[in-house]
Amino acid sequence: MSHAKPNGPSTLEIKNLKRDYTLRSGFKRNVLHAVSDVSFTLEPGRTIALVGESGSGKSTVARIISRLENATGGQVLLDGAPAPTRGRALERYRSKVQMVFQDPFASLNPFHTILHHVERPLRIHHPHLSSKQIKERAYELLERVQLTPASRYADRRPHELSGGQRQRVAIARALAPGATYIVADEPVSMLDVSIRLGVLNLLAELQRSEGLGVLYITHDLATARHFSDEIMVMYRGKIVERGEPDSVILNPQHEYTRTLLEAAADPDRLGQLRAEVRAEGITT
Amino acid sequence: MADNTTPEVPVRTGPTPTSTLATIRIAKNDRKRRPLPRISGKLLTGIIIVVVIALFGILAPFFVQDPRFSGNDALLPPGDGHILGTTKLGYDVFAQLAWGTRGSLFVGVVAGALALLLAILFGVLAGYFGGVVDEILTLLTNIMLVIPGLPLVMVIAAYVQNTEGLGPFARSSFLVAIVLGITGWAGSAVVLRATAKSLRMRDYVAASRVAGERPLRVIFVEILPNLVPLLAAQLIFGVIFAILGEAGLSYLGLGPTGSITLGTMLNDAQTGQAVGSQAWWWFIPPGALIALLGTGLSLINFAIDEIVNPKLRLAPQAARNQRKANREGRSVSENGAIA
Ligand SMILES: Nc1ncnc2c1ncn2[C@@H]1O[C@H](COP(=O)(O)OP(=O)(O)OP(=O)(O)O)[C@@H](O)[C@H]1O
Ligand SMILES: [Mg+2]
Repeated sequence: MSHAKPNGPSTLEIKNLKRDYTLRSGFKRNVLHAVSDVSFTLEPGRTIALVGESGSGKSTVARIISRLENATGGQVLLDGAPAPTRGRALERYRSKVQMVFQDPFASLNPFHTILHHVERPLRIHHPHLSSKQIKERAYELLERVQLTPASRYADRRPHELSGGQRQRVAIARALAPGATYIVADEPVSMLDVSIRLGVLNLLAELQRSEGLGVLYITHDLATARHFSDEIMVMYRGKIVERGEPDSVILNPQHEYTRTLLEAAADPDRLGQLRAEVRAEGITT
Repeated sequence: MADNTTPEVPVRTGPTPTSTLATIRIAKNDRKRRPLPRISGKLLTGIIIVVVIALFGILAPFFVQDPRFSGNDALLPPGDGHILGTTKLGYDVFAQLAWGTRGSLFVGVVAGALALLLAILFGVLAGYFGGVVDEILTLLTNIMLVIPGLPLVMVIAAYVQNTEGLGPFARSSFLVAIVLGITGWAGSAVVLRATAKSLRMRDYVAASRVAGERPLRVIFVEILPNLVPLLAAQLIFGVIFAILGEAGLSYLGLGPTGSITLGTMLNDAQTGQAVGSQAWWWFIPPGALIALLGTGLSLINFAIDEIVNPKLRLAPQAARNQRKANREGRSVSENGAIA
């Protein structure tokens, strides 16, 4: 693929990011600090994993980076310039920063064909291309994500594809603008265990060949370790630990990381866990 | 330590094969069902009624005598030459009925379309954009909603019709349609706002925004197509409201007296004391036609409701299944598991 890559070192810098939600219940107002003071830098060719329990603010970070939400504090800087919130500037930002959503069953429009989903971002971000060229590119992209032959999938609708195939379409859509940075918010958590690895390998392969900077958000420490160059552990809106995958996993410093690791599958425990679940399932 | 990295990988045989099979089956069903939803008896009946009446309104006026030709004898009962008799002024009732149907349909379609347009404007925009836009638009919608409909229409209709300088337009069915359209959108707007609000939160809407789609394109290309059944239902609702509203207005003498509609026919019959002189052929046909049209449109609306809200469709189906199962002696067992 011949997507133009920017010259010189490019960065996507997240600086002291903050997001508060005001919760109203009756006359009482509570402020929820979903994200407080998160900073890190994404670079092309590197994958950073963001792990943490449910509700720790991972998706909020993702949504702010992809400009679906505004931060209450801090900055997102693309090549040093603050991320815009509207208009052409935002469009240019989005041609560099894309997102893959968690649930491929929800992130594709049931009304439109697969081709539509890939063609639209191409058309928006490459307005100089002719319809024929756009279609060719769309087919190329579908083959890129291993939906081959593309013609078999192009005219189908999302509900006619499996979860893994849909997530591949979502990845193709994210690649279409020619993005340098991809935020993947739990890209495989909704998929069947047997096809997770295929999708993750595809992401890793694309990341290497296109030199993408990937923020890989996950619950799963094992895949985080396998697929990333750095792991950040998030807890209650803060990053409590970060570092080389091996050192974080093998030598966790923060107490929370340790509990996460304990909870995560170590094969013996997994068996034990399954037995527990079964026992519970029978009693209820 | 490589084994530590992939504890999730081994394929768990167990639930996987069955669930994949189920997915395939569902996908296949979907594929078959998608092009045309199953046509229910309700839908079919409704469509037949509406199509027949619409064809009558469109075609019949070409074949009847001038509905305002008063050379016939007055108050002839149905019979030779005048299938449905004549009115007090010697108009042919069948000719009036043909033109009246056309007039009523015209009012219904124009008013319904206008109401739908306004409902989309107020409802979908409010639901999608939220915030201040939502608050302003919702306020206007609520104001329209709490003002009682018919009195408002009467006031506006009376006012416009007495405005100087409108000429024959003041008494045209087009004007009445517009008045009905701008008073009849609020209910639909509320429904559309709620739906747009929930669709806005869908991932595919967020995804299309991330892909770079502009707000209006998101609304019209990504959201509205998924609302088509709902929009159709709202349109039909608007048409019913307008046809009945026009009949009501006309009966009160505020209708389009410059044109012929089913409502103005009733109004003529009333002022001409059709009931007193027992000229049933004068007021029963237009009344029956309005009722039929309303029924047909409502049937279509119910059918669409069932498509939008599958639970409604499944309810009678489930009842049928249960009866059948009972007959065959394999009813639902006590703990809820299907035998
Ligand atoms: N629109 C919102 N309004 C109020 N609170 C919100 C909103 N969105 C998220 N939150 C809260 O912010 C916190 C962080 O949510 P977030 O979705 O980022 O968690 P997460 O780490 O992605 O969790 P998961 O792993 O389950 O996806 C949660 O406590 C959530 O309830
Ligand atoms: Mg999340």
